[in-house]
Amino acid sequence: MEYLTVHSPILIVAIPLLAAFIIPLLSRLGSKVRDTFNVSLLGFVTFLVAILAIDIYANGARIYTLGASVPELARPEGYMVPVRIMFQVDGISIFMGLTITVVALAALVYSLQFVKNETGQDRFYSLFMLLYVGMIGLVFTGDMFNLFVFLEILSIAGAGLASYRVNLADAVEGGFKYIVISAVSALLVLFAIGILYGQYNLLSIAALANTMQFNTLDMIALAMLAIAFVMKLAGVPLHMWAPDTYAVAPAGITPMIYMSSAASMYALYRVTFTLYGGQFDTMPIGWVVIILGVLSMFIGVMMAIYQTDIKRLMAYHAISQSGYMLLGVGVGLAVLTDPVALANYGRDAMNGGIFHIINNALYKGMLFLTAEAIFFRIGTRDLNKMGGLAHNMKWTTIFFIIGALAISGIPPFNGFASKLLIYESVFRFNPLLSIIAMFVSLVTLASFTKVFYSAFTGPEMPAYREVREVPKSMIIGMGIMVACIIFFSIFPGLVVDTIVAPATDALIDQASYINGVMGAAP
Amino acid sequence: MQYIPFNIPFVAAALLVGVALFIFLFKRNLIKIVMGVAILSSGVNLFLIALGYRAGGVAPIYTATPEGVMVLPVPQALTLTNIVITVSVIALMLTMVMYIYRHMGDIDAKKSRLLKG
Repeated sequence: MEYLTVHSPILIVAIPLLAAFIIPLLSRLGSKVRDTFNVSLLGFVTFLVAILAIDIYANGARIYTLGASVPELARPEGYMVPVRIMFQVDGISIFMGLTITVVALAALVYSLQFVKNETGQDRFYSLFMLLYVGMIGLVFTGDMFNLFVFLEILSIAGAGLASYRVNLADAVEGGFKYIVISAVSALLVLFAIGILYGQYNLLSIAALANTMQFNTLDMIALAMLAIAFVMKLAGVPLHMWAPDTYAVAPAGITPMIYMSSAASMYALYRVTFTLYGGQFDTMPIGWVVIILGVLSMFIGVMMAIYQTDIKRLMAYHAISQSGYMLLGVGVGLAVLTDPVALANYGRDAMNGGIFHIINNALYKGMLFLTAEAIFFRIGTRDLNKMGGLAHNMKWTTIFFIIGALAISGIPPFNGFASKLLIYESVFRFNPLLSIIAMFVSLVTLASFTKVFYSAFTGPEMPAYREVREVPKSMIIGMGIMVACIIFFSIFPGLVVDTIVAPATDALIDQASYINGVMGAAP
Repeated sequence: MQYIPFNIPFVAAALLVGVALFIFLFKRNLIKIVMGVAILSSGVNLFLIALGYRAGGVAPIYTATPEGVMVLPVPQALTLTNIVITVSVIALMLTMVMYIYRHMGDIDAKKSRLLKG
């Protein structure tokens, strides 16, 4: 057990990575063997993430250095700076890791039946594992260059999966947009890493944060990193790829690509809070993040209103919900150097924003899955052609209602809990922002009411008389997410205290991140 | 002592990145966009290599070093990784362009735009 805890950071990354290349071989033995292998493997990885999480909440951040005599030894003897490849897992990393793992498990179970009749399933699962590795590595890594490498892994795997159904022309186009955006943003990140390396000869995030001078070149690097990550997380001025890619990706993959956006959001927070935190006045950056958030929220929901393609509509809602996370954490970033304001409302705003990440991953991912369940059965995504589906697809209808209520922030669902935290705390920062957030929430409700009425209610349509409920594995996949949503709705306080508050502390407390690697400050 | 005047490698890297960004903003041919990614990647590679270069330096091989300055090994490692990644990204992009051409009979992004609004 002790051995597993110590080595879990590398095992969580290495096991799916190895599996990705074993899966094509296993497929030769038949699809049953492969499916059992995939699910049990991801189940084991979930178990590892859970024991790592328990350890981190009990004992604080964990460092894993590759090639060191003791994994916790960040600096080799006699060196002033860390030179080895390193994973540094703290509160926010493990929070993202938990979210990603739950979504990946649900998406994998859902995909079992969904891709059953497609060709190239072995490659599908290989890329699925690579996408998972990319995301988990991105949130665990403690050095800038591996951030770039994992960003590329998740981009390539994500683009391959988004255009998995190459027989559909729009799928390839969506995948192409995704890979162009990803390649550009990753190369911008590498350029920024080059700028930072040229000045400080360091790649470790903690060591860089320790020696940061905040000169003009650093600011250029910050701007490049911010543009790259905002591009990747589909913040509004750079959101054009998101609806196209989300709409065409196969069902299990849409939540995963959405999670990879959330992982990029983590990277944005890591860079702004940890790398550029400290003595630097973060008010302007905070305001930039807040404005991005408000724009994403507002424009996302406005674009969603008139969509008729159900997955495009949900993709615009996904952009709009990302705005809430940016708004909440942006307020925290703006008041980071002001201890009184931070204690009064900044911490709550960040709790809300971070809590919203996991809530949104659950209900938004689930809504994408229900949309694709409809597509799976009736073969169209056009809302105008749907109707009366509640007669035949009862489980999907129930799941959709739960998801729609949660995303609109209706009490008692979990969306309400995180949005309330954001409203209350943002109101004390700037009332106008809070009012915009509430307005957006109302429009979201209106939009989902429209979807519900046009897809599910009404008399049974003759064309869909033969439509049946989706296969069992798809229901189980959605059920995993619904179970989490209901749990989060009943115990929001417990969830905030156990997993969200440590994540917020990890972001705010830059010193402990640095000390974990560099030793106690002199 | 090979002194390079006016930081020419850095200017060249900046120019390559600028050309690539121009392509992304104003070109609509998908093959040209793929070329833009390649040019951007070359610009970044050149930047990294130029960072690690020390005038008159020798290759950083620790076992058999002649006297003198070494060039930095880390940027070269970064560059190698980036070259490998870029090759795979470009291969993937060209595959997608091929599929788009098969479906649409055209590789102009303006004409082959199914996804709008």
